[in-house]
Amino acid sequence: MAYNFKEEMNKPERLTGGHRLCAGCGAGVAVRGVLRALKVEDKAVIANATGCLEVSTFMYPYTAWKDSFIHSAFENAGATLSGVEGAYNALKRRGKIDDTYKFIAFGGDGGTYDIGFQSLSGAMERGHDMVYVCYDNGAYMNTGIQRSSATPRYADTTTSPIGKDSNGKVQSRKDLTAIIADHNIPYVAQTTFLGNMKDLHEKSEKAIYTEGAAFLNVLAPCPRGWRYSTEKLMEMCKLAVETCYWPLFEVINGEWKLSYRPKNKLPITEFIKDQGRFAHLFKPGNEYLIEEMQNEVDRRWEALLKRCGEQI
Amino acid sequence: MSIRERMSGNEAVATAMRQINPDVMPAFPITPSTEVPQYFSKYVADGNVNTEFIPVESEHSAMSAAIGAQAAGARTMTATSSCGLALMWEMLYVASSMRLPITMALINRALTGPININADHSDSMGARDTGWIQIYSETNQEAYDNYIQAVKIAEDPRVMLPAMVCQDGFITSHAVENIELLEDDKVKAFVGEYNPEDYLLNSARPIAHGPYDTANFYMEHKVQQANAMMKARQVIKEVAKDYEKLTGRKYSFFEEYKMQDADVAIVVINSTAGTAKEAVDELRAEGKKVGLIKIRVFRPFPFDELKYSLTGKKVVGVMDKCEGFSGAGGPLFAEVRSALYDSHDRPEMFNYVYGLGGRDVTVDTIKCVFNELLYEAHAKQLIENQVEIAYNPELLLAHTSDFEVGRVYRHLGVRG
Repeated sequence: MAYNFKEEMNKPERLTGGHRLCAGCGAGVAVRGVLRALKVEDKAVIANATGCLEVSTFMYPYTAWKDSFIHSAFENAGATLSGVEGAYNALKRRGKIDDTYKFIAFGGDGGTYDIGFQSLSGAMERGHDMVYVCYDNGAYMNTGIQRSSATPRYADTTTSPIGKDSNGKVQSRKDLTAIIADHNIPYVAQTTFLGNMKDLHEKSEKAIYTEGAAFLNVLAPCPRGWRYSTEKLMEMCKLAVETCYWPLFEVINGEWKLSYRPKNKLPITEFIKDQGRFAHLFKPGNEYLIEEMQNEVDRRWEALLKRCGEQI
Repeated sequence: MSIRERMSGNEAVATAMRQINPDVMPAFPITPSTEVPQYFSKYVADGNVNTEFIPVESEHSAMSAAIGAQAAGARTMTATSSCGLALMWEMLYVASSMRLPITMALINRALTGPININADHSDSMGARDTGWIQIYSETNQEAYDNYIQAVKIAEDPRVMLPAMVCQDGFITSHAVENIELLEDDKVKAFVGEYNPEDYLLNSARPIAHGPYDTANFYMEHKVQQANAMMKARQVIKEVAKDYEKLTGRKYSFFEEYKMQDADVAIVVINSTAGTAKEAVDELRAEGKKVGLIKIRVFRPFPFDELKYSLTGKKVVGVMDKCEGFSGAGGPLFAEVRSALYDSHDRPEMFNYVYGLGGRDVTVDTIKCVFNELLYEAHAKQLIENQVEIAYNPELLLAHTSDFEVGRVYRHLGVRG
């Protein structure tokens, strides 16, 4: 069915307003975007790793979640939801329930790339019928902007601070989407918020309604951690895509497919220039750092094009 | 009619699990509990159960998946040992705070540092304050009986707490002994159906589990949990009574062995009790008034009942198969001594830390302990009857508290 923005926006919200996420936070946008892809009649159980999303949406005795929801700890959303899905299979087999349920886990990059990596890998390998959604804001934002393995090189964070002897984070970003694709699961995709949210919606729909394990990596900017103006959320996402810092692609049953190729690939400076965490790169004498950053983006973009069978 | 069989302790608990046919079993292998998920996955493969078996990638994930499954409305079981339990630590607290009656077979093994695969109680004793009910088993028969009872205790609406059923690694987990099993249908009828009031997969009433809890509510939640543990005492008694009707086998918070007229007693946990009963018999044959208490339920701890049982004894030796590193004795010692604090006639108490990392404990070892305790009882008698002790504050200061601690806190059979 063709994507109809107006129709989708008229669906009842499954994450209600009144939660305590910051204005302009990407996490809430990611959740609403993904959950909108659920058929209205389908039930869902949501699992959540500890993080901004969890502590802001479910503070006792209030919850923003309309669906059943479970948070148990930081590093185990994959394993926790494995248990829920296992229970569903068992209770369905025994005729104790007859509703159709979908299982969706949300975790930030801390709970997904790092501390929850093993639990995620296990859940994906076992092939539980679930979707794991990473809302990637590129640092441990809930504890106050510490570096993660998703943090881009040279970003200024509270555990990779800039200083006389430091230009920010030393290491490159881990390519988690590719690593999960290498688990040979039926559906993996990378997306973010663009235009009328069609890309996020369609990928979420495929992820939710593909049988077996699926993984979505959603770039979800954090205005506090990246230090840009709150209202620029959509602009940030667009620039991440147009500079090829955050390419959009899918891996369907092992087949890599590019979702979008910018007609005019913008230099990385366009993405980083309005972010306070990269301000030090624009100081005279630091041009070589931006050059290195550009080289890395180019190298990774070309590798992706090759994987997707695109012309370089 | 019960079924007479021969099997190991691991097979005994796996058999109890098969008979109950839980909804979900997530598990990760670790010596010496590995056989439990092995037996169980074979039951699944052979169609003897229709449980969802989840072969997770770690014990942390085993407990996480168990939490997810039980919260979703499924009766869930798992098994582990030693470092496996240690890796679950964080999640043990989450399971009990979510009031999820998960049951677990814990095959006791020493914690690593250095690595050792044999039995001691450092694993379960380390988890004694996680909010789980803890039931210990001397034999494979007890492990089987305790497991069936644990499911019913944990799921009782007055309790709703997870429970672990412990037995000694290798000593009972791998030793094949005679056992009396119940028929499958009797076990199923005894534990009944698991029908929780609220669960994730109830479409009529979705729920949210695991909130961020501020200081306004956190303490109320903890107190509810603590109250449930207190209420578990009554439920444990009721379930034992029902089980006795079914099997003729009697269970309580602890077993008293020749305690009636005993002057000197020891307190032990798990398989050591079998060895120690033999030592009691031999000493009794020599006319010595010795007895034994075997703790079955460690959480909730039977403070009142123990106080009643030990008051008036001359000397009590508490045997910890676990070093507590408190600098003053093991965890069982601390609890038993605390239970006697309000007693009007407190026995003198000694702590024996023994059998760490599977160091062998024989009838002679236990007799040595009794002989030391009998000597202490004799000395106590002498002091009470004849000898006046001069009060010398300088001497007391010189020795400080280490003197007293060193006198009662002993490590059994250690070289050097």
